[in-house]
Parts: sequence; C-alpha cells; structure tokens
Amino acid sequence: MKVFVIGCGRMGAELASRLDAEGHQVVIIDTDASSFDKLPSDFKGTTLLGDATDEEVLRKAGIADADGFVAITREDDKNAMTAQIAKEIFHIPRVLCRIYDPLREEFYKTLGLEGLSPTSIVANLLKEKLEQ
Amino acid sequence: MYIMIVGGGKTGYYLCRKLIALEHEVLMVEKRLDRCDEIREELGSVALCGDGSEISVLSKAGISRAEMLIAVTDEDEDNLAVCQIAKQKFKVPQVIAKINNPRNEHIFAKLGIDRSVNVAELVLERVELQLSSSTVVHLLSFPDSSLDIVFVRVTEGSGILDKSPKELSLPSGCLTCLFRIRGQGAGVLNQDTIFEVGDQLICSIPSGSMGEVRALLAGGQVTASND
Repeated sequence: MKVFVIGCGRMGAELASRLDAEGHQVVIIDTDASSFDKLPSDFKGTTLLGDATDEEVLRKAGIADADGFVAITREDDKNAMTAQIAKEIFHIPRVLCRIYDPLREEFYKTLGLEGLSPTSIVANLLKEKLEQ
Repeated sequence: MYIMIVGGGKTGYYLCRKLIALEHEVLMVEKRLDRCDEIREELGSVALCGDGSEISVLSKAGISRAEMLIAVTDEDEDNLAVCQIAKQKFKVPQVIAKINNPRNEHIFAKLGIDRSVNVAELVLERVELQLSSSTVVHLLSFPDSSLDIVFVRVTEGSGILDKSPKELSLPSGCLTCLFRIRGQGAGVLNQDTIFEVGDQLICSIPSGSMGEVRALLAGGQVTASND
C-alpha cells in the first residue's frame, strides 16, 4: 500500500515508521526539516520538505496513485484542508485526518470527511478507566 | 447588515474600518490578544479575541445572525475552514474567502467556497493593465452570472484590427464591446465602428473564455477553451 502521511510530529513519525516496518511504501511530508529526526534511522520511506496544502507539492510527491492518506499535523484546519484535497481533487481511496476539536470533527463528518478526534477518544478512555 | 470578519491583519483591519464607515454592524474575530487590543483602541469594541475556526468562538460571536462572513487570515487553510463552517453549518448567506496562494482558488471552488478574492491574481491583473504588451486583461466577474468583463487592447497584427463589433464572436458565445477609449476620448460603441491600433476596449465575454479571446486577438484559429 502507498500511504501519504502529512505531519511528522510524534504521532505522524510513529505511524509512518510502523507502516514502513510492515513493508508499506510511505511518503511523509512536513514543513520542518528537523521533524524528520524523529523517524528511526532504518526508515526506508520518502521524507519530503514542503507544504502539503499546496496541491503541486502533493502531485510532485506522486500522490496520484496513493492508496491511503493521513493528515496529522498539529493544526486542525491544515489537516482538514489537505484531507479534502486528497479526497476531492486526487480521489485517494482512504483518507483520514486528525481533528483535535471535537465540534469540528463532527462538522467535517457532515462533509463526508473521516476525522479522528484524539480529544474525545482519550477523554472517553480516561473516563472509562476512572469508572472501572 | 451584520458582517463578521475573521482575521485582524492589515486586510481585516482595513475592511473593518471601511465597513463600519458604511454603517454596517461589524465584528472581527482575531486570535492575537495584542492585535485585538490595538484594533479596539482604534475602532472601538469591534474585536473578539479567539480562534475563528473554532465553532464555539463563532457561535459566541453570533454567527447565526450574520448576513456575511469574510475570512481574511494569512493562512488559506484557516480561511477555508472558517468559510466551510460558516456556509455549511451556520448557513451564512454570503461567505467570502481571501486566497493567499493563487493555486488554491480552484480547490476552494471545488470545496464549495466559490466567492473568493485571489490577492496575487488581483495584483497581477493590475500590473497587466499597465503593460502595453498585454492584449486582454480580466477585470470583473459577477456573482450568479456567467459573464466576465475584460479589457482589450488593439495592437498591430491583432485579429480584430479593421473589424467592427458586429463581426466578433467566440466559440462559447458573444464578445460584446461595451465601451471604447481612443486617445483622450471615450464612448459607447456603434456596431459599425472599425477597430484601430491603439483602441482600448471594455468588453463582456462568457466566463472562462479568456483563452478564446486571446486566440482571437492573436489572429489565430479560435477554438473553445476552458480557462
């Protein structure tokens, strides 16, 4: 599977290295060169410095035949925009994005976007643990 | 009219000032507290400090009764998010986005934000008007219309030289000359007027037919285009 990961923060780097270790073809994009330091030294995927909200950056990175796309930068708006570009312009079959703000996550769902809100997920988990 | 502006940069500030002067009720949403304070000092209590792409902030700002929302931050992703939320969730009747990266214009349109101001494109159009080498420059588009207004300059070798307005047509529709500026004079065109080198025209064309106009002026084969 060819997967694009947008944002090389802790979670982006972790996801990219797991996918890479399982033999998937990974392209990871970030606007900060030093963010790639978080990837393991044996990472075989492609790291690309650039702004993924720019359609040309994605096209040049070979998004046209990608199977999956995960937007996981620290900004909700950026994740929502890149995910919508992947879905509506490039028609990538599987598109996911992280939306911290639970209200916005709900809103993007109405636009057909599959978002995950770590805020609600973790809050729910913590609540369950507390109630155990 | 109640108008919300998201983004308190130079554009937002200027818009806010002008719209207040036009006696609209204006509220600006701006993230930076110090910038909000500056704006309040100059324009009164028109600034709300908060992230304009947060649904809760927009609700607090009374977006449900806003008749227009203008998103003018320096980040296209924020402008897109604000406009999508305003339009789809809160059904704000008029939503306008500033586009910083010209490449994003068609993305915004595809994602439902079709009223946008592409700043780089506007500057380019104004520069093109000043260049004697440009033969056609886009001037205006209108909401809910499939016509554009363009500026046309008649040069040596132009495909419309020695022709009259009634002889002009484009594959996708009419090229209508509305107005001519010749030397110091200007006026509405008679259908039999013959175009001369140096004529400057204001014309209406079908939206998206700039390529056809360019081909016509270059004197080449004119085929339907899509630009």
